[in-house]
Amino acid sequence: MSTRFVEGQRVRIADRDAPGHVRTPVYVRGKEGRIERVLPRFLNPEREAYGVNEGTDVRLYRVRIEQSALWPDYDGPADDVLELEIYEHWLEPADHSPTEGA
Amino acid sequence: MTTTHDPAHGTVDHGDHTHGGTGGADPHAPIENTAGEPDYFDVLQQAIRELLVEKGLISADEVRAMVETLDAHRPALGSALVARAWTDPAFKERLLADGTAAIEEFGIDNYDGTKLIVLEQTPEVHNLVVCTLCSCYPRPVLGLPPDWYKSRPYRARAVREPRALLKEFGTEVPDGVTIRVHDSNANMRYLVLPMRPAGTEDMSEPELAALVTRDTMIGVTTPRLP
Repeated sequence: MSTRFVEGQRVRIADRDAPGHVRTPVYVRGKEGRIERVLPRFLNPEREAYGVNEGTDVRLYRVRIEQSALWPDYDGPADDVLELEIYEHWLEPADHSPTEGA
Repeated sequence: MTTTHDPAHGTVDHGDHTHGGTGGADPHAPIENTAGEPDYFDVLQQAIRELLVEKGLISADEVRAMVETLDAHRPALGSALVARAWTDPAFKERLLADGTAAIEEFGIDNYDGTKLIVLEQTPEVHNLVVCTLCSCYPRPVLGLPPDWYKSRPYRARAVREPRALLKEFGTEVPDGVTIRVHDSNANMRYLVLPMRPAGTEDMSEPELAALVTRDTMIGVTTPRLP
């Protein structure tokens, strides 16, 4: 199955509210980073938490975000980064308008 | 038992103590092990467990066996794994390429079905692992997480001010070394592969393993000679 994003691509994590078992921490929503690696597909936890498993698997990615992009007052070296896993439906290409995408 | 996430409010009863009880329904309450009355989540867990057993969906023996499995996995497994990686370059290469396959090859039962990514400490990069959402932890290789790993201050500060946090663990990371924080927020689990200390060239694999403590494999400290 094809993947929407490739390693190294700049992406923006969607900034939206969502109830339930969401694995996208609030502190990274609306932030931009790069795809660190493409991971396999996994059951969508937002559906799995309610017992809906079949056909809900989604692509998972690791995204690398500069600490200075997360925290404007970050006082460590500019190279410090944070990496975490984001499901495809929470990602948008960073070079498009923020309202576009999932 | 769900295998993907480790909710911070889940409680594992070990008889004489519990893991993960939050001391009440308030999600902001500090995580403490109190010796007295069972808390809200202890009671909830016990009620659900007894119902499941009563309805025949799981057996009491299965619950006991799962607790036994959880307790059987200890940081010593990770320590032995790291010592092998230090002494066998080909194994280290496989471990970094596919952590899940390599731990199975090493004989570690990947009982929770999670996928493992191994993060190599280098002179240029220091890795630190946290789970900001709950307490996701590489249980097959390290066992149950320490209480501080599940605490709100650790979870918040590891991503917000990792250098200040590491200093409080006695770990000074020079400015020339990049800190890479890994928020273990979804399906993958993370194990830090520390650097082998200088002066250990003549040590045996078991002697090396003794240097590899749990905390070095979370990334809050580094292995040192005694």
